[in-house]
Amino acid sequence: MPLRTKDLLGIEDLSLDQIQLILETAESFREISTRPIKKVPTLRGKTVINLFFEASTRTRTSFEIAAKRLSADAVNISPSTSSVLKGETLFDTAKNLEAMAPDVIVIRHSSAGAPHQLARVCSASIVNAGDGAHEHPTQALLDAFTILEHKKKLRGLKVAIIGDIAHSRVARSNCWLLGKMGAQVTVCGPPTLLPLEFEKTIRLCQPASMSPSEGRVCGSLKVTHEMDEALQGADVVMMLRIQLERQREAFFPSIREYFRYYGLSARRLKGAKPDAIIMHPGPINRGVEIDSEVADGPYSVILDQVTSGVAVRMAILFLLAGTKESEVEQRT
Amino acid sequence: MTSLLIKNGRIIDPASNLDQVSDLLIENGKVTRIEKDIRHPVDQRLDASALIVAPGFIDLHVHLREPGREDEETIESGSQAAAAGGFTTICCMPNTNPVNDNPAVTSYILKEAEHRAVTRIFPIGAISLGSAGENLAEIGEMVSAGVVGISDDGKPVMNGQLMRRAMEYSLPFRIPVIEHCEDLFLSAHGVMNEGYYSTVLGLKGISRTAEDTMAARDIILARLTGAHIHIAHLSTRGALELVREAKRNGIHVTCEVTPHHFSLSDAACCEYDTNTKMNPPLRSEDDVQAVIEGLADGTVDCIATDHAPHNPNEKMLEFDHAPFGITGLETAVGLALTHLYHSGKITLRRLVELFSAKPARIINKPLGQLTVGTEADVTLFSAGAQWTYDVKQTKSRSRNTPFDGKRLKGQVAATIVAGKIAYQDLSLVNVG
Repeated sequence: MPLRTKDLLGIEDLSLDQIQLILETAESFREISTRPIKKVPTLRGKTVINLFFEASTRTRTSFEIAAKRLSADAVNISPSTSSVLKGETLFDTAKNLEAMAPDVIVIRHSSAGAPHQLARVCSASIVNAGDGAHEHPTQALLDAFTILEHKKKLRGLKVAIIGDIAHSRVARSNCWLLGKMGAQVTVCGPPTLLPLEFEKTIRLCQPASMSPSEGRVCGSLKVTHEMDEALQGADVVMMLRIQLERQREAFFPSIREYFRYYGLSARRLKGAKPDAIIMHPGPINRGVEIDSEVADGPYSVILDQVTSGVAVRMAILFLLAGTKESEVEQRT
Repeated sequence: MTSLLIKNGRIIDPASNLDQVSDLLIENGKVTRIEKDIRHPVDQRLDASALIVAPGFIDLHVHLREPGREDEETIESGSQAAAAGGFTTICCMPNTNPVNDNPAVTSYILKEAEHRAVTRIFPIGAISLGSAGENLAEIGEMVSAGVVGISDDGKPVMNGQLMRRAMEYSLPFRIPVIEHCEDLFLSAHGVMNEGYYSTVLGLKGISRTAEDTMAARDIILARLTGAHIHIAHLSTRGALELVREAKRNGIHVTCEVTPHHFSLSDAACCEYDTNTKMNPPLRSEDDVQAVIEGLADGTVDCIATDHAPHNPNEKMLEFDHAPFGITGLETAVGLALTHLYHSGKITLRRLVELFSAKPARIINKPLGQLTVGTEADVTLFSAGAQWTYDVKQTKSRSRNTPFDGKRLKGQVAATIVAGKIAYQDLSLVNVG
């Protein structure tokens, strides 16, 4: 079954069927990474460019390994500055890369929408590896994959997402995905780090983006500023990275106070279900948003997320680059 | 002696309360007769039987980019775009390079305009030197040289004391103080309206309160000083309500609304098209409704374009990095007719008033009216003609518009400045 999209730009645009196809394909690729020879010839002769305008170790490496395990040729480009400062526009950079006929361009950019702008001018498939505070679709997919591994389902699960929601593309992508998959999401953070009308995101867009048959799966989204309320009865606790410069921008007074109200400690975790799993998109700030005791504890699946990332990204590269062109619906 | 006879047009002149089919005779740049069935030997005749004949339209808010950024627009190209859009008079904002903060720049603009512009051009001078918000510019000297108002447009005057002084100082010169209302601390780093769409798109929001609080401050200062405050490109329900209340209290406040703020909402940003990025940003649907109510009930005094040409290379950037602003001269009248008149929100008379008599009064010019003896600035348009805006045909040097390919109902047919044809659309009129 084809994915029926040229690009993977965000979870908002994906149907439930597309999400399930990616997760099922990832499941079938999981085993490859446990083999002694971790390579299959599936994408031999295909070229994947990782174009990272923003620093990243985990995501870039994950995409590179995913491409290589599928035998694609992976090239990494990390322009140190944004296109403006460099003097070449994003479009010129992309058109130059395009002239070398890559099959997939994986892009991370600090500006929301940059992958969407590229997708309009490039014939290669564009994969969004994080655009500003907008979306990080592969992270949400690997998070779902990890939750499914541990909890077997998403529907009806209580998921708490805690931290800097305003600046988090991970939170946005996860809310779309978990909502579409029928989870009950609570997002929590200080009011200064919760964007306006966030609670509408699932409610408003779900009917429009889903076919009637998919409408049966209906998640919910709640916003709170009380961490204990968010944690109460949670099956999954997803902590977000807090960027230290937010303190300078007066979103909160100090790291010490932030941890007191929104940091995850073992004591605080007691409000969640006893078997609640702890997630974090990384890199973690120990002692800022999460105690080491919890991050390294038995219910932490933070490293499982990293492992899942390779399988999910293999699935995405395969579905985009491995699909015959005749089966691809041209994006209009 | 040159003469032009406009035959059988529906003449709408809100200033003299005229709305009738009649002929209009222009001689030597002045209106000399408005009567039915004028028989008079003339140099040129124009059949306006399917058209509205209105006082020349005035745009109080245009960025001509000259001097400094002639790659984006010049006084010549900007005035041609204005004429194509039905404007006979445009006021150019001072944020050029150098800034129009002294009489030398003012005189330069007026001299260039005299030689190369096809419309009237009135410069607006800066409030502060370099529009830096620190020291007053030579307001009196600029008024003597020809500015019709003062503004640091593009930037607000953040310093309340400086704004108070500017208002007080402007009083004897009888000019409006024009403010771009934005509290820069509240709007910091924002690129679109703050709300549901900025949340979903992950773009930094510009709060409506950044505009509202500054409008409130300026209205309070206008009450204190008695000065005329004109709020540029008003875009929020909050600011509109403040203006309505201030007018009720007799404070000398006027305001303008741009065509994009009554025809588009922030939902238009969903494709990350940088031609939907402007400041103030496209607002919520509720704000759009509010400004339309204001246009209908008289709270809003005029429509102004905030025509802001940008080089395509600069608009071809990430949404975060692209400059604010869109062109607007050529689409304003079509958008107003489509979104305000044909949607039943305002009458043709009110539409004409918003484009002519009202803006003329704001800058204290004896324009924007069609009676015997007035300057023969005339805008002819078809209220019903349907057309599609094609930016490739633009007279502007820039193409940054979200309205390319937009189907509009209502089209400019001809623009006459001081009796001379500055623009005509041959599909609608033929001057013989």
